[in-house]
Amino acid sequence: MPSPTTPEAAPADALVLYGQTFQSRLLLGTARYPSPAVLEAAVRRARPAMVTASLRRQGSNAAETGASFWELLRQLDVPVLPNTAGCHSVQEAITTAQMAREVFGTPWIKLELIGDDYTLQPDTLNLVTAAEQLIRDGFQVLPYCTEDLVLCQRLVDVGCQAVMPWAAPIGTGRGPVNPYALQLLRERLDVPMLVDAGLGLPSHACQVMEWGYDGVLLNTAVALASDPVAMAGAFADAVAAGRAARTAGAMTAQDAAQPSTPVLGTPFWHHDHG
Amino acid sequence: MNVFINQQPAELPAPATVADAVAHAGARPPFAVAVNLQFVPNTRYAAHPLQDGDRVEIIAPVTGG
Repeated sequence: MPSPTTPEAAPADALVLYGQTFQSRLLLGTARYPSPAVLEAAVRRARPAMVTASLRRQGSNAAETGASFWELLRQLDVPVLPNTAGCHSVQEAITTAQMAREVFGTPWIKLELIGDDYTLQPDTLNLVTAAEQLIRDGFQVLPYCTEDLVLCQRLVDVGCQAVMPWAAPIGTGRGPVNPYALQLLRERLDVPMLVDAGLGLPSHACQVMEWGYDGVLLNTAVALASDPVAMAGAFADAVAAGRAARTAGAMTAQDAAQPSTPVLGTPFWHHDHG
Repeated sequence: MNVFINQQPAELPAPATVADAVAHAGARPPFAVAVNLQFVPNTRYAAHPLQDGDRVEIIAPVTGG
């Protein structure tokens, strides 16, 4: 009997984005936690690949801004993924990204270009233009997009080495509302893809990882849980389980029952039992 | 001269630069600046002149998703 493979001996199954390797496939947002201490504990529990952050006018929200948050980011020692949340035009997104690069000292940017304030749906008609200009300017762009195949392909065409389709509108926690399109997108596009936004349960994260997505980015599902720290751990476990299942290769579903226990030698068995 | 700093009217002695606007706002690092929706690198604050009516944005890190 072969001995079981230890995790240490198993080949590394790391997430690679723009040539950089990450040990986790979970990216975690930093907003809406009950307190900075809970945020810190949640990040330490989840051990995410990156944490997201944003930029706002100084003093606009004292509880979530300023030196204390900056100090916390430094202490966490997790790569920061700044976003362009709230931007409604290409120029706003580009300027915000440039400001983020200077403040956070990183070329990574989660490109958010909002086209509709009610659903926070990405502006799919201008997203490619913004991504193209940012990539030309040296950014490593992770575009928040819809599950539209052609949009994602265009983003790849202009140099995005990964894309981040939504599962559902930001903050809804509904899970994948269009499973067919998300699965089809995964089959059609051969770049790293992270599901970003709309996840509410660890099972949602596990599901998209089983479909072959390379990672997930979420915030509200952890931050608004009754116990955000425990939920952070639950999502980390779910992402890892979904990835392991994808790698392991699932069985094909069958219509007819098949006994898993061998039939041969069943005691008390008679032909007339059918 | 009259400018806007984070959408608030501000009066600065002319001629003024981005460095003057930053000082007027009392901004403390870390922060970044844009003028009229154009990013201004921190190495350019003292050299970037402001015009009447310019819109200066000074932004800082916050939590985000």
